[in-house]
Amino acid sequence: MQITERMARPSAARIPWVTIGVWSGLAILVLVAYARAPLATTAVLTSTIRQSTPIILGALAGIMCERSGVINIGIEGMMLIAAFLGFLFNVWTGDLLLATLGALLVGAAVGAFHALMSITLKVDQIIAGTVINILAVGLTGYFYQQGLTTRGKWSSVSIPLLADIPVVGPVFFSNPPITFASLILIVVVHVLLFRTAWGLRTRAVGEHPAAADTVGIAVNRVRYINVIIGGMLAGLAGAFLTLESVGSFERNMTNGRGFVSLAVMIFGKWTPFGAWGGSLLFGFANALQSQIQFLKNQLPPWLAWIGDLPPQFIGMLPYVLTIAVLAGFVGRARPPAAIGKVYQKE
Amino acid sequence: MKRAESQSSPQADRLASVRSLLRAMIVPVASVVVALAIGAVIIVVSGANPLVAYSALFEGGLGSSRAIGRTLEKATPLIFGGLAVALAFKCGLFNIGAQGQLLLGAVFAAFIGFSLQGLPAVVHVPLALLAGAIMGAAWAAIAGSLKAFTGAHEVITTIMLNFVAFNLTDWLANGPWKDRSPGNIVARTPAVAPEARLPDIAGVPLGILLAVLAAFAVWWLIWRTTIGFELRTVGQNASAAKYAGISVRRMMVLAMVISGFLAGLGGAIETLGVVGRFQPGFNVGLGFQAITIALLARTNPIAVIPASLLIGLMQAGAGRMQFNSGVASEIIDVIQALILFFVAAESIIRWVLRLRAEEGERVTLSSGWGS
Repeated sequence: MQITERMARPSAARIPWVTIGVWSGLAILVLVAYARAPLATTAVLTSTIRQSTPIILGALAGIMCERSGVINIGIEGMMLIAAFLGFLFNVWTGDLLLATLGALLVGAAVGAFHALMSITLKVDQIIAGTVINILAVGLTGYFYQQGLTTRGKWSSVSIPLLADIPVVGPVFFSNPPITFASLILIVVVHVLLFRTAWGLRTRAVGEHPAAADTVGIAVNRVRYINVIIGGMLAGLAGAFLTLESVGSFERNMTNGRGFVSLAVMIFGKWTPFGAWGGSLLFGFANALQSQIQFLKNQLPPWLAWIGDLPPQFIGMLPYVLTIAVLAGFVGRARPPAAIGKVYQKE
Repeated sequence: MKRAESQSSPQADRLASVRSLLRAMIVPVASVVVALAIGAVIIVVSGANPLVAYSALFEGGLGSSRAIGRTLEKATPLIFGGLAVALAFKCGLFNIGAQGQLLLGAVFAAFIGFSLQGLPAVVHVPLALLAGAIMGAAWAAIAGSLKAFTGAHEVITTIMLNFVAFNLTDWLANGPWKDRSPGNIVARTPAVAPEARLPDIAGVPLGILLAVLAAFAVWWLIWRTTIGFELRTVGQNASAAKYAGISVRRMMVLAMVISGFLAGLGGAIETLGVVGRFQPGFNVGLGFQAITIALLARTNPIAVIPASLLIGLMQAGAGRMQFNSGVASEIIDVIQALILFFVAAESIIRWVLRLRAEEGERVTLSSGWGS
């Protein structure tokens, strides 16, 4: 019974009043802030979307893997390797599109490696992910040469008319391509998982592989493909870091984003839109952190103390938030039933 | 079969135990060899001579008494980190947070070390060590309690706590506990009092002696005490443990507390024995090295010692290698990751060596995110 309930699409039958309440509350808050300080508000919101891009891409990667029953703790490493090689491709070819596609391929390759370890070689899946993370730090550190000059990064594209809407325009309709792609991919992954035969198979394999097998689904093949797709999404997150956000590579530049992605995935109960909500929350915390210097003078007197906090405390915010979110949500969210288990035919 | 042998005579018994020890060592040793071989290929690809690089590596870690001293110095925090991870593994927990626990231990040991003056060394040293260990334990207790009472997975919470610990200690060394002596502009605490520095005992640093002692203590705790039995039972089958009347939550918190205690002690020893003060950016990467060590040692506390010595040797020799052969010291991280891969993917090594799979303890961690 639990399985059928779980397999069902997130239905519209029950209206999520709490969610609606929280989001409309936030919307009112944004409007009030906009009335008081329009420029700062727009800057924070734009930064929120950009900062949440690698997080939601990483979370989508996690969703693809885990819905098919494979834990992927190596998203952090996948991002880092793809960010590094994507940057190198850009240095060599000078073509941002080729570099981004290259990063996707690298992500797919590392995803295939994760699948090989956790499906074929039956390595404990958490250790398999840890191998990827350590290997990523080592390899990118070893092959990284200082002084590689950047060949530019993706710049913002504005959608005509839509971008002129106040607040919503600059925040949603004037973004660089990978940020746009991440917004579209949320919908794509949602449709893929909940409206297609492939999604049904994926979820069946993640919940009850033995049953899926008896109806003729090739369990390990479905898992392999999903983990590789997940790798590509993580690769795109890496490409975002070097080819869209920073423009060059820095050691360990992922900075825990892959792990935050996993927390966000749990927060969103393994659904793309839920995870998006979570990543916006983290994007917001990061945006506040990066904009705090500019916001200092705009804070009302009763909030002035925030501007005086040591930067390290503001730096902790996203991580403390992740812990709080996990502690608050994990108990109420149920992961796919067959997660972490190797499937072997009887 | 094993039982029949062991009943026959003490001599055969010893022979059997030696044989099983050798059998247990095959996979780790082969993993190290294969990892070094692949590392050599990477060195060749990047245009250097692996023989020159590796001989410089071993020379820098073993070539002289100073080199050996450096290896022991590097191995000391690794032993503590490896023990912390291995002990948590025994309880089915994956502590990636040794790094943060070590940082907290280091900064608090430094605080006790510099803020108290005029205490005799027999009081000051244990006090500072204990302060570090307790702070490490408290930091790990956060992750342990979150796991036990809310189900938040320790892999994510410990990593997040590493970032928080990094920011927190950075703030302490930049703010309230900053070295205010004239001329200092960097983030660091004042130097600890001379009475708080770890002495050498008969020419051997006290730190490595404590590390070896800790390894035996952890072995004793795991295999010879009730707590150890309960920890292992929870690690092998939490629901069976619960059925047998063991409080799974209590054991999870306790395992993390002991694990953090060890990591914090490692940080305190590094501070009082080697650095002499706290500086941010201290022992970066220890958390992941500790995982490699714990798995290379197959979570056996005694085997953590040689595994740490090996990784410590590589760290000690990395500088010499970079100087002599131009191979960047990061190759050490790559080799460590490869070691971890081959130890984890045992089936590859067994296939290469044509070994039969043995039924033994396997570390199982992936119980999902929930429970």
